Amino acid sequence: MDVLFSEIPWGPVLILLPLAGGIACFLFPASAKPLGLLTVALVGLAVVGLGWQLLGHGVYHHAVGGWGAPLGIDLAADGLSLLMLAMTALVGFGVSLYATGYFKPADSVRFWPLWLLLLGALNALFLSGDLFNLYVTLELVGLAAVALTALQGGRDALTGAMRYLLATLLGSLLYLLGVALLYHGFGTVDLALLSERVMPSPVAWAALGLMSAGLILKTALFPLHFWLPPAHASAPAPVSAVLSALVVKASFYILLRLWLAIFADISEGVAALFGLLGAGAVLWGSLQALRQTRVKLLVAYSTVAQIGYLFLVYPLASGMGVTAWSAMAYLAFSHALAKAAMFLAAGNLMYFGGHDRIADLDRVVQRLPLTAGAFALAGVSIMGLPPSGGFNGKWLLLQAALTQGRWDIVGIILLGGLLAAGYIFKVLGNTFTQAPKTHEPISVPARMQWAAMLLAAGAILVGFLASPFLALVGVGDPFNVGGLRP
Amino acid sequence: MSVPFLYALVGIGLFCLGLHALIVHDHLLRKILAINVMGSGVFLVLVALARRGGDSPPDPVPHAMVITGIVVAISATALALSLMLKVKAATGRAELADKDGG
Repeated sequence: MDVLFSEIPWGPVLILLPLAGGIACFLFPASAKPLGLLTVALVGLAVVGLGWQLLGHGVYHHAVGGWGAPLGIDLAADGLSLLMLAMTALVGFGVSLYATGYFKPADSVRFWPLWLLLLGALNALFLSGDLFNLYVTLELVGLAAVALTALQGGRDALTGAMRYLLATLLGSLLYLLGVALLYHGFGTVDLALLSERVMPSPVAWAALGLMSAGLILKTALFPLHFWLPPAHASAPAPVSAVLSALVVKASFYILLRLWLAIFADISEGVAALFGLLGAGAVLWGSLQALRQTRVKLLVAYSTVAQIGYLFLVYPLASGMGVTAWSAMAYLAFSHALAKAAMFLAAGNLMYFGGHDRIADLDRVVQRLPLTAGAFALAGVSIMGLPPSGGFNGKWLLLQAALTQGRWDIVGIILLGGLLAAGYIFKVLGNTFTQAPKTHEPISVPARMQWAAMLLAAGAILVGFLASPFLALVGVGDPFNVGGLRP
Repeated sequence: MSVPFLYALVGIGLFCLGLHALIVHDHLLRKILAINVMGSGVFLVLVALARRGGDSPPDPVPHAMVITGIVVAISATALALSLMLKVKAATGRAELADKDGG
């Protein structure tokens, strides 16, 4: 068993499997659903295999085609990559289960190839170890995500997708210009080599500025979040879940990797700026979420706020490395599960009542208890109430902030939690009562309800698994704080 | 000033021109063209900086990157153009409506 698990090159499998599955779904549209589900389940197994390998042998390396860097393309994985891959596999499975019930046949045929292509691109991104490969996978993710947003057509979805496409292309080009400058300055695009070679110089600073701006735009950090709410709110429910849970995390992950490998040592004051923008995102996103009258827009603005928390980590990292980065890992992972559950629940509400106006939610708790429960459980994690993954993340973040006496950040974290409670109870409150205009319910398939419930339960459950979670993330010491920052 | 450096400056200039056009123009076709001009600017920077002075032959890696980049740019442009046609068909205008979503 052990031999089997350690011999298979899981990295290429994780990339080729969804690509092959996507092509198969495109060629055999009649059996796209079972093929798609099978592929996603196999990808989950492959992630388990990679995790097994990582625990046994430490950091994973694979030279594609036997060429090796700097000439060839290297795949690499440590605890942080594994965390993102596991997040993708879990959310991906929940969303796939949901999608088997959600789409009409005509849309289903177009959904599965694009979704599996997106899955392959995400896996490739999390396994990449060089800047240019990251650029290519980032573009693949972006193009697949835009196509998925526009899947069902309609004015809002099409204009939302167009705005999204322009924003994402602009972000990629800014990033690519940064890559060009770094290559010129230091002669490599390999992250590990760059981290040894990079020095504070105008070229490095220019690259830092360009790449940060591009990736922040793609991550939709306040004030560059303008494209996110229309795109995420107008996409079909499973697509919204994937966009909010996984796609924004992709560009965030690249920024984090760049920061850890290259920029942490040469950036004066950029961490403080990130923290400031993060605080702005928490406040602005939460306030906007409170003002929304439709569930999906509310959940989309909640994503803007939750991304802010991830950036609050940067100013805390120089003093409290491990705690701060662990907080970020926890927040990113539990947000992915909880937010996917929320969008799926919102999709159920739309399916059930034909609309997602908060004020007109009609006795949902009585008639759709699983969906209301999923929304509430996901809300617990988003608010950061114990016991949940969101709570653990916020607790670690608070700990890092308190130890350093950063009372401003403590205030933002607490206020953000309070505002989150406000907008989540705004929805939940309306699910108990009868709406002024009642309607006949359309029955929602059980697996669509269970998919939302499973993801929400996962966000709670991860709160109980703190020590294995942190041990897994620590494989290969991705935040290498021990050596660099005493 | 060396010739490769001049080319790189032109590349940065193209990038900035494209960025300006992307922001000020409303018509989607102009925005898509602006993105393409920006992309060409980046490619020019990559190719120009591949020659590291002297008589040494240029570094081939940036050229490989540019070729890959062109493939990406073509697919992105194709998607953008078809999306633009869909937007035109749905709203009657090849422009993005203002904040209220039209």
